[in-house]
Amino acid sequence: MLKDEDRIFRNLYGFESPGLKAAQKRGAWDGTKKFLANGRDWVIEEVKSSGLRGRGGAGFPTGLKWSFMPKVSDGRPHYLVVNADESEPGTCKDREIMRHDPQLLIEGCLIAGFAMGSNTGYIYIRGEFIRERETLQAAIDEAYAAKLIGKNNQNGWDFDLYLHHGAGAYICGEETALLESLEGKKGQPRLKPPFPANAGLYGAPTTVNNVESIAVVPDILRRGAGWFSGLGRPNNVGTKLFCISGHVNRPCNVEEEMGIPLRELLDRHAGGVRGGWDNILAVIPGGSSVRCLPTDMCQNLHMDFDSLSALRSGLGTAAVIVMDKSTDIIRAIARLSYFYKHESCGQCTPCREGTGWMYRVLDRMARGEAEKREIDMLLEVTYQVEGHTICALGDAAAWPVQGLISHFRHVIEERIDQYSANSKPDGAVREPVAAE
Amino acid sequence: MSVRRVDPVQPESFKFTAANAKWAKDQIKKYPKGKQASAVIPLLWRAQEQHDGWLPEPAIRAVAEILDMAVIRVLEVATFYTMFNLSPVGKYFVQLCGTTPCWLRGADDLKEVCRQVIGEQNQVTEDGMLSWLEVECLGSCTNAPMVQINKDYYEDLTAQSFEKLLNDLRQGKEVKPGPQNGRQFSCPEGGPTTLLNGSTSSKSKRSTSSKATPKRGGK
Repeated sequence: MLKDEDRIFRNLYGFESPGLKAAQKRGAWDGTKKFLANGRDWVIEEVKSSGLRGRGGAGFPTGLKWSFMPKVSDGRPHYLVVNADESEPGTCKDREIMRHDPQLLIEGCLIAGFAMGSNTGYIYIRGEFIRERETLQAAIDEAYAAKLIGKNNQNGWDFDLYLHHGAGAYICGEETALLESLEGKKGQPRLKPPFPANAGLYGAPTTVNNVESIAVVPDILRRGAGWFSGLGRPNNVGTKLFCISGHVNRPCNVEEEMGIPLRELLDRHAGGVRGGWDNILAVIPGGSSVRCLPTDMCQNLHMDFDSLSALRSGLGTAAVIVMDKSTDIIRAIARLSYFYKHESCGQCTPCREGTGWMYRVLDRMARGEAEKREIDMLLEVTYQVEGHTICALGDAAAWPVQGLISHFRHVIEERIDQYSANSKPDGAVREPVAAE
Repeated sequence: MSVRRVDPVQPESFKFTAANAKWAKDQIKKYPKGKQASAVIPLLWRAQEQHDGWLPEPAIRAVAEILDMAVIRVLEVATFYTMFNLSPVGKYFVQLCGTTPCWLRGADDLKEVCRQVIGEQNQVTEDGMLSWLEVECLGSCTNAPMVQINKDYYEDLTAQSFEKLLNDLRQGKEVKPGPQNGRQFSCPEGGPTTLLNGSTSSKSKRSTSSKATPKRGGK
């Protein structure tokens, strides 16, 4: 288990004030000026050698991403954009950072802005987080007043930080959709290339980072890249905020070491699975977009990027959704399919039509009102959506369904059998039997 | 995607209050010159707040004028983003999260409460106090099931506590946002399993420092 002194988010649960004074007592803004004095290359090198991989889901190395920004400006400004559009079902970690430890995020913004030659940063927070927006804006105002950011600030790098909000669109968590939205348009993803580092916000070089990725940077510099890379497992290092929801006894957010075994994570912090470890049916380990894992894959499972992608699932945002044996797994995944249908931006046909199609078929399958050959047909459709859209929402909609079919095909088949066994000769059906 | 259209019944005009008009001007300053369109979502949102929680068509025109945008571009934004209510809502607008993490912990029970107390989705009660809508993940999954009512989240609900909450709101009683079971935000119920010695400063590096422990109140 991660030692308390190795934790970065010391006010995760809001026992203390999110205010500047309290944050400084916890260590925020300590030595920031010195880090900037070490130069841009030093900062990027430290972040690179810390092994930090992006915390927004894809796990792309953060330092490497920063290094894609042009070294010298060609006259266009550089922008840092922080993705605080946290909407992946199961995920609720960035919210805690913004409402309880916002100074770490603001400090991280200044450092990241400096590292990419940017004097302007925008934080794009999801529209529903109204109270979090108020807290974060107050924190930004406090940082300005204390001359920690802004023009001629005490840290020696001019940096303006603005808070911008959305209005309810999951797709705006996709970085180019977020940029479109920030420019005042519908949040429809852009074709890449050009990548944001070449042409992003207002056509200028831009880097989009997740809240958690930015907020851990100050502590990495304070304690050293070696400290961070010494935690966790090779290529999957550092600390990570896990969001544990679903059928556990005490759902919670917790900061733990990357690679912690699933069972330890659930038993130690979330009071264990409801009804005991053996009562587990499936786990979605990284937010709704990744494939679920059945019981046998959950044994000795390490919670990190590489272990989970080896199982064709993913760490994603580290949002662990636990389902016990009472769960109607078809219904659970069908509800996710409904989510993707609702959130598809409608730009690409395979996603716009495919998400609705997948939902409608799954909805029937949850009642058993389907034919067995439709299972393979559904699987075939997921492959037609996956990889055939501009952004990853198509993939994200396909994977949960693929996970369901590869691990729980027998449940779907049983449901279909049950339904047809109960149907009357005239086609009408008797009282449906609960499958759980 | 969802089909979203402006309401057939519209007010004649819309005008920002003086305070809001000034606020709008300040918002535009956040963005580079000529990029004032960036402020479209914040302005529409403020218009909705000013107009009892829903966005009338004249407000869409007003925002287009302020931002020097084509009306169709603003209409596009207003219909794309689902937090813009294009028809009237109750004084207390309940957005109930029905996505899987909340569903696993009883969102269906809460929906039933909504049907009993309020009625069908998108229908405002006769007294104008309540309306509800099932929405997608609100990002409070460790505190499921939950709803958002106007600006606040109400979390860790049960059918009973939710029904009481709705009745209290209707009767104008004071209610407390956040977890409804006495829990401290997203901390495990009953008390934390980490950070038991208070917050340790990074200045102390890896040494264990146990300063004065702030009061821990899991319950």
